[in-house]
Amino acid sequence: MSPQSLIAAALAVPLAGAVLIALAGRWPNLREGVTLVTAGSLMFCVWSLLPEVFAGGRPALVVGEMMPGFAIAFTVEPLGMLFAALASLLWIVNSVYSIGYMRGNRESRQTRFYACFAIALAATMGVAFAGNLLTLFLCYEVLTVSTYPLVAHKGDAATVRSARVYLGILIGASIGLFLPAILWTYTVAGTLDFVPGGILEGHIAGPAVGFLLALFVFGIAKSAVMPVHRWLPAAMVAPTPVSALLHAVAVVKAGVFTLTKVVLYVFGIDFLDAQPSAEWLAPLAAFTILAASAVALAQTNLKRMLAYSTISQLSYIVMAAAVLKPLSEVGASIHMVSHAFGKITLFFAAGAIYVASKKTELHQLHGIGRRMPWTMAAFTIGALSMIGVPPTAGFVSKWYILGGSLQAGNLVAVFTIIGSTVLNAAYFLPIVYRAWWRTEESPPAREHGEAPWPMVVALTGTALLTLAFFLYNQPVIDLESQLVGRVK
Amino acid sequence: MNLEPHLPALQVVVPLLTAPLVVLLRDARLAWWAALAASAMNFAVAVAITGQVLDGAVVRYDMGGWAAPLGIELRVDALSTILLLVVSGASTLALLGGRASLLEQVGEARQPLFMAAWLLALAGLVGILVSGDAFNIFVFMEISSLATYILVAGGPDRRALPATFKYLVAGTVGATFYLIGVGMVFMMTGTLNIADMELRLATVGDTNIVYVAAGFITIGLALKAAIFPLHAWMPNAYTWAPHVVTAFIAACATKVALYVLLRMDFFVFQKNLVDHELQFAFVLMPLAAMGILFGSIAAVFEPNLKRILAFSSLAQIGYILLGASLVTVAGFNASVLHLFNHALAKGALFLAVVCLGLRYRHLDLADLQGAGRHMPWTLTAFALAGLSLIGVPGTAGFVSKWALIIAALERGALGVALVVLIVVSSLLAVVYVARIVERLWFGEPPGENPAVSEAPWPTLAVTWLAVGANFWFGLNASLPGELAQRAGEAFLRHLP
Repeated sequence: MSPQSLIAAALAVPLAGAVLIALAGRWPNLREGVTLVTAGSLMFCVWSLLPEVFAGGRPALVVGEMMPGFAIAFTVEPLGMLFAALASLLWIVNSVYSIGYMRGNRESRQTRFYACFAIALAATMGVAFAGNLLTLFLCYEVLTVSTYPLVAHKGDAATVRSARVYLGILIGASIGLFLPAILWTYTVAGTLDFVPGGILEGHIAGPAVGFLLALFVFGIAKSAVMPVHRWLPAAMVAPTPVSALLHAVAVVKAGVFTLTKVVLYVFGIDFLDAQPSAEWLAPLAAFTILAASAVALAQTNLKRMLAYSTISQLSYIVMAAAVLKPLSEVGASIHMVSHAFGKITLFFAAGAIYVASKKTELHQLHGIGRRMPWTMAAFTIGALSMIGVPPTAGFVSKWYILGGSLQAGNLVAVFTIIGSTVLNAAYFLPIVYRAWWRTEESPPAREHGEAPWPMVVALTGTALLTLAFFLYNQPVIDLESQLVGRVK
Repeated sequence: MNLEPHLPALQVVVPLLTAPLVVLLRDARLAWWAALAASAMNFAVAVAITGQVLDGAVVRYDMGGWAAPLGIELRVDALSTILLLVVSGASTLALLGGRASLLEQVGEARQPLFMAAWLLALAGLVGILVSGDAFNIFVFMEISSLATYILVAGGPDRRALPATFKYLVAGTVGATFYLIGVGMVFMMTGTLNIADMELRLATVGDTNIVYVAAGFITIGLALKAAIFPLHAWMPNAYTWAPHVVTAFIAACATKVALYVLLRMDFFVFQKNLVDHELQFAFVLMPLAAMGILFGSIAAVFEPNLKRILAFSSLAQIGYILLGASLVTVAGFNASVLHLFNHALAKGALFLAVVCLGLRYRHLDLADLQGAGRHMPWTLTAFALAGLSLIGVPGTAGFVSKWALIIAALERGALGVALVVLIVVSSLLAVVYVARIVERLWFGEPPGENPAVSEAPWPTLAVTWLAVGANFWFGLNASLPGELAQRAGEAFLRHLP
């Protein structure tokens, strides 16, 4: 297949999958089969694009014109390629896990769940491959809307309230801030295309640059920079597979991805580096990292703690992008991958614990490692990756971000990384300790062992990916180095 | 016989002549088929005319072979074409999907008469659009208004009667004001032909009587178009009319009045009246802004589904007026685009209401709680059309809002304020749409739990067709975009 048809397929396959899932709703086995086949075909399509992009190609596809001068266009560049490859890979693992979780938990309305999931993945692919800001915005909004039913899945009053916070913040920020930022960009630059090196240089100057950047940063609320982070803990009412793939990988990474892309292709790092009015972003991200870690320390609910950990880890990426040095930009893109592997493992483990034992609080986890050794082993690996201990993925990306920060001489960033590493250790290690070395305070209401096998397979798989990425990451680094090579 | 030159006349003649035939049919089923056939033919003719207009023509037709300005001229340009598509399309879709609902709400016995009124309303609306003559516009306006009063009053709910009365009084005052204005212009120029009027006004443009005439015409039409604060008739008329009628008139009645307003103000007065643009800057633009805010806020607090949508229409009319009152080509373009796109969104939403109305007697949100569990397809369609109303990218509503914002930004600091207004009102739209969707999906059904099933498939299919159109024209706006651009070019020629 030509690269153009591969891009089209990457967008169309999950959408077609959603329709087929809706039609197959009455036969659960067939429906789940459709999900797996769709996920497999999507990964095939996306990964088939890799060789071309490695070779320096930038395949593009113009779907049509929304209005004269505003095309719906897709271009595959290294950052988007990485994001799409990552999301499509993890969707397969997550689908296996979902089957175990949704059936093990006897959830209702599973057809809607799988169908919305597929639409969300299509939107993710659209965000990853978008060739201009307008297309990106379109897919970004589809992603928000399609995940709303997933967050509100349970349908009781508390869940609906949380879902309202989720939708309110994401849509409100995107229409109230992101869209005006896009309009402003268009009126000054006359184009919305992503161009290596940026489109704004020479069109805007002075404090306006910092203000425009602020509209982008807070408008792209999916990247959860404080104070627009509240939707992420609210989203934790969703079933765990949603939290795992969407609120640790697809949705939140769509946020930081969009932000990184805006920094690289709309502002351009050299232009932004020369603007004193834009210097606030790295300190703000640093504050978010530390504050979210501190809040995570105070959480008693496992999923909420993971959510705050995600907020802090996302701001690593934002800070790395905002440091504006080649090494840190590479670090930002690698951290998307390493955090994804680690965090999805942690969420998988949290969901497995819930399905097997119905436990959700941290203090309930004494001695659970003996009952669920596979799950907790994977959890431990994920936790180490969050802290950034070798031999896990988290070490690799932190290495690059630290390198970039030193390159820039940005001491705030350096000390933030050190400080947050300590905090991360402070909230993850006690859980690991309790799970393995403490004994259960009282026997559980119901004897249990591991969660259903599809879940265990999935979380073991992602834990192995976390380890493997430490040993074998050269292709990713090569790919992302193209990014700065071209930008420079 | 070659029909092509007669297309503009056919637009009016087909529904006008079918109407009495329908009365004679006496059978509800046949009457519906006949009305549908006439309406569909109108749509087909509108499509044919669109083809001609896209080729660059202004389609002219002299009634009875008498040349303008003495004879009656029919004249279809891009601006009228886009609304011809809206009016005939809305009528056709509403009839196609509304059979079950009409039988239930209007009853079998009155169906033929009701269908005849429907066709007269259609003929009147289309007549206004093709007419090149200010007095004929008045005649067709009366035909459509009288027929629309019958349609609005035709529902089973007796609250429709006071609503109709209010509508009738407001509509008659509006039409009379318009007629007074046209009479004064006729007195000064001796012509009723719109194109001729513009030429002849050049010599008498700054006489007081012409200013007074322009004032009468603008206010009369503002009343008919439900421009804030002259909208008082509109929410109740929309709410208590039979659901199918709401789907039809909400998509077109006020828009056609707006069309006449744009036609008279821009194509007749703009070139001739000194300082005419002050009317837009100091009167219509503030009214549009207030209408946008008031309509959106009222929609947030309304308890009744149809009233929410009616107040949202008030805000959307504000957008259309706002674009035009910028008095720039880009603003006029955006206005015309929004005429089309809002009709798509509101039409689809009211068709979803038709679906709900078939299963629920009362359409307060409290009564409809939990409807999504029984009617998932209807509610999904409603939610998607709601996205278009909000203006989420990928939908038709986004295209025109985008165009409107770009047009506003040409105006510097004022433009930035207008953008803030549009963004705030879009966020309010998020609130009122989300409020409906949330309560209808997740709310607990009230008291007794009726065994409600999904709406019948023909209604549902038409609703989804309209929803699909919202997405089609959201991703590929070339047809309305092209027509709006041509309308903008024509507009440019009438600037002083």
